[in-house]
Amino acid sequence: MAGAAGPRAAPGAAGGDGDDSLYPIAVLIDELRNEDVQPPLESLATVEETVVRDKAVESLRQISQEHTPVALEAHFVPLVKRLASGDWFTSRTSACGLFSVCYPRASNAVKAEIRQHFRSLCSDDTPMVRRAAASKLGEFAKVLELDSVKTEIVPLFTNLASDEQDSVRLLAVEACVSIAQLLSQDDLEALVIPILRQAAEDKSWRVRYMVADKFSELQKAVGPKITLNDLIPAFQSLLKDCEAEVRAAAAHKVKELCENLPTEGREAIIVNQILPYIKELVSDTNQHVKSALASVIMGLSTILGKENTIEHLLPLFLAQLKDECPEVRLNIISNLDCVNEVIGIRQLSQSLLPAIVELAEDAKWRVRLAIIEYMPLLAGQLGVEFFDEKLNSLCMAWLVDHVYAIREAATNNLMKLVQKFGTEWAQNTIVPKVLVMANDPNYLHRMTTLFCINALSEACGQEITTKQMLPIVLKMAGDQVANVRFNVAKSLQKIGPILDTDALQGKVKPVLQKLGQDEDMDVKYFAQEAISVVAQRLRKLDVLVKDREEPRIPGADKNLFLIPRGPGEDTGKGPACQLHVNTRDTLAQLEIAELVHFLQSRE
Amino acid sequence: METKLPPASTPTSPSSPGLSPVPPPDKVDGFSRRSLRRARPRRSHSSSQFRYQSNQQELTPLPLLKDVPASELHELLSRKLAQCGVMFDFLDCVADLKGKEVKRAALNELVECVGSTRGVLIEPVYPDIIRMISVNIFRTLPPSENPEFDPEEDEPNLEPSWPHLQLVYEFFLRFLESPDFQPSVAKRYVDQKFVLMLLELFDSEDPREREYLKTILHRVYGKFLGLRAYIRKQCNHIFLRFIYELEHFNGVAELLEILGSIINGFALPLKTEHKQFLVRVLIPLHSVKSLSVFHAQLAYCVVQFLEKDATLTEHVIRGLLKYWPKTCTQKEVMFLGEMEEILDVIEPSQFVKIQEPLFKQVARCVSSPHFQVAERALYFWNNEYILSLIEDNCHTVLPAVFGTLYQVSKEHWNQTIVSLIYNVLKTFMEMNGKLFDELTASYKLEKQQEQQKAQERQELWQGLEELRLRRLQGTQGAKDGPLPRPTPQVAASGGQS
Repeated sequence: MAGAAGPRAAPGAAGGDGDDSLYPIAVLIDELRNEDVQPPLESLATVEETVVRDKAVESLRQISQEHTPVALEAHFVPLVKRLASGDWFTSRTSACGLFSVCYPRASNAVKAEIRQHFRSLCSDDTPMVRRAAASKLGEFAKVLELDSVKTEIVPLFTNLASDEQDSVRLLAVEACVSIAQLLSQDDLEALVIPILRQAAEDKSWRVRYMVADKFSELQKAVGPKITLNDLIPAFQSLLKDCEAEVRAAAAHKVKELCENLPTEGREAIIVNQILPYIKELVSDTNQHVKSALASVIMGLSTILGKENTIEHLLPLFLAQLKDECPEVRLNIISNLDCVNEVIGIRQLSQSLLPAIVELAEDAKWRVRLAIIEYMPLLAGQLGVEFFDEKLNSLCMAWLVDHVYAIREAATNNLMKLVQKFGTEWAQNTIVPKVLVMANDPNYLHRMTTLFCINALSEACGQEITTKQMLPIVLKMAGDQVANVRFNVAKSLQKIGPILDTDALQGKVKPVLQKLGQDEDMDVKYFAQEAISVVAQRLRKLDVLVKDREEPRIPGADKNLFLIPRGPGEDTGKGPACQLHVNTRDTLAQLEIAELVHFLQSRE
Repeated sequence: METKLPPASTPTSPSSPGLSPVPPPDKVDGFSRRSLRRARPRRSHSSSQFRYQSNQQELTPLPLLKDVPASELHELLSRKLAQCGVMFDFLDCVADLKGKEVKRAALNELVECVGSTRGVLIEPVYPDIIRMISVNIFRTLPPSENPEFDPEEDEPNLEPSWPHLQLVYEFFLRFLESPDFQPSVAKRYVDQKFVLMLLELFDSEDPREREYLKTILHRVYGKFLGLRAYIRKQCNHIFLRFIYELEHFNGVAELLEILGSIINGFALPLKTEHKQFLVRVLIPLHSVKSLSVFHAQLAYCVVQFLEKDATLTEHVIRGLLKYWPKTCTQKEVMFLGEMEEILDVIEPSQFVKIQEPLFKQVARCVSSPHFQVAERALYFWNNEYILSLIEDNCHTVLPAVFGTLYQVSKEHWNQTIVSLIYNVLKTFMEMNGKLFDELTASYKLEKQQEQQKAQERQELWQGLEELRLRRLQGTQGAKDGPLPRPTPQVAASGGQS
């Protein structure tokens, strides 16, 4: 359908009105894949809006693949040439992306022409075009004959790499990766490496940043020998660059660099040539640098082995664990598993603990959230005794955090811990503490008890659930806050599948039925929902229930059924109704609830 | 396993949750994020400007220029210039204080000397001067501390070496402005590469530096005729990159200010190159997100062009209408402001060409729910010249805006807007009472027709609803019948009770 309109669009029409809106057209035309659409695509390839142009070029590249070699030369190559010699820079930038697709299948004469065009665009007057050419240089080099790479691409690369604009020079670094893969070691050393070395010391930090950012690719492309001779010194200077951006980019690559070094003699190189620089970064003035390093430094331990790790790395880990910036500490803690494999976490535990405690009480809740997520991992590595002694109280404190997301994460954390340490541990250490909170004066904490029970009941099994948890839940059905009551209903629905018939029939059902008569609409709704679920469960348990009162389908009350209620929906009931937070405990809703609570507590 | 480490300080374990259920008040972090961000100590990183010179020589104060005989003056001058080419680390504010002071004093003296003493600028000192300036000002600008730097909201990052840099710029400026200055000599040193590096400095976050650069580039443009075309071309490249590639360049306003005065001096008829600059660079510049930072200068440039060549008006106005902001009301107000500036200088013959699309857009702005947009659009009617243009062309303009104005006068939430519209309608009435009455009548007729249509539509729906209910009863009655019929969903819940 769209195709019918596409080809008829006059070439001149593109660029007429609101270039952004042409983007979808460029996408659509792509689906036609017919040489008929070349003219409109050609004119789209000349508009200023970069997204449109790029998409048009992408489409043209696909079309080129559909051409036979003859048709390619008859229809496509002329188009590329037209674009390459266009007046306005836009068409010339577009042309840069098209050379590499028509080159491999062109005749020798045409090939020479294409190379000529590319050469002239590489020294174009407009920096925009030179940038486009530089970014396509690597791709173009790959389709060229090796001789041409040496005689033509390398000089172009050399020129672009010493362009007057740093935005061009940094793109040449990218091209360097592709070109290096094509050349022999000798040629590399003679032709490419001097330029790469120069780029690593460029006066513009953007170029140096690019070298740091592409370091692993470069390392792989030039091979181990050149890496040792040339790249390591370059890397060292990047690690102590005067711009933090560059240091951070280089720090990110430390692990990959070390991993990719030849295994033979690797340890010595790392210890003698890399570690001294890393040591300085640990006390860098910039937190981004430190945090970049912290995110990879632990990975070195597997490469260096136990003794080196203890001797060289451990002091660095410990220093970073005490860093003033929480992100640095978090990055270390989140990668503990690497170290655990090599030297065991005990080596660190003494320093770990203060770091964890501090993060656990950080003023920013996102930091607290992050550390909670590592708790199960830490618990597994530190063992149950250590955990009980030092970390248990932290985990319980999170349950009464004033941010809902933290309480929620703490609840999930408990479940994972129980899965790790078993039900007996849960019964002795966790469950009693959770249940005590049921008597808390703050209704949010009472609800946390319910949420914990929801999470823990399955992991704890039937016995603990029935004997310890259920009575508390049932007792809370009489709570004065409606939110607690309807959460009781929800909890009962949730733990229903774990309970046996007696408990369901004898204890749960009467309570739910009572809640089903509650004066509060939400409580009623959730109670009824729970009743139907419990009834189903009972039926499954093969119990004949012929109670008249049985499933009261919520649909009986049409309004209740059809309209999902949010906070503040029934405005007639005064401010208390805002507490009626609905089913999904989204953050936003809970925050409203907390706000209300906050206001109440101030009263 | 035995730990080798010294025991760390014992952690302060938080009290058990059962005992202290209420979180301590000091843990509440509330909404302090913004203030935290502000209070954050400035990230100290070394500037790219100062990359350590290994052989840092000690600077010793030289005799004063005014104290030496004229024969030794130039020799001393070039020694002073060499002294000023030594760079200092300003991030370490206590490092080499003596050296910094020597250089500062020397710079001050140079500024003084080049500004007041005649006969100092002889040919041999030019290379020394340009070298000293280049060494000091040309540097790669450091990465912005704040990647989302918003020139309207955030404090700019000030150049730490400003105490010296300012004097160098001042010296450069006085050098260019000196009556002894000879462009024919200087052009050997102030070449294209020099200008390109100068232009790159306009990205500096420090407004003081950009201010100096602006004046300097303007002088360079004035004195070096051979560089003019090159400067304009490089400005184009900067703008195009800014519009289509980066959306980040701090010196756009300053460059536009210079270009404003350059445009002012264009010879007539305008060259194609200049027209292309207007159409392909200045107009698209309106689409940039941070328009507010440089809008005043941009509008000035546009108006300058129109004052030069009125035939460009249609192109410009259609261009502005093409880039008219769809969602950003702040930008819309700016566009309206610029449009009024353009209308202030428009020729009646040009006005006729664009009146219809233009006033349709104005009408859309009047009906904007954002009262500032509506207000700004309505202010057009306070402008005597625009009013006279409207009056001359009321048979086209009035029909284009009347419907909207009339409707908005009844519906707009803001009382000021409503009263402004009443005034506008009143002027229309006075302008051409007959046309006004006709438009009112046709508007009312149109409304009536619309109402009628709406009523008909509603009746149709009502009829359908009744039909549905009747069928529903029919199906319920036939429920026990032998043939199963497709029952509407609503019936199912009715059957339950």
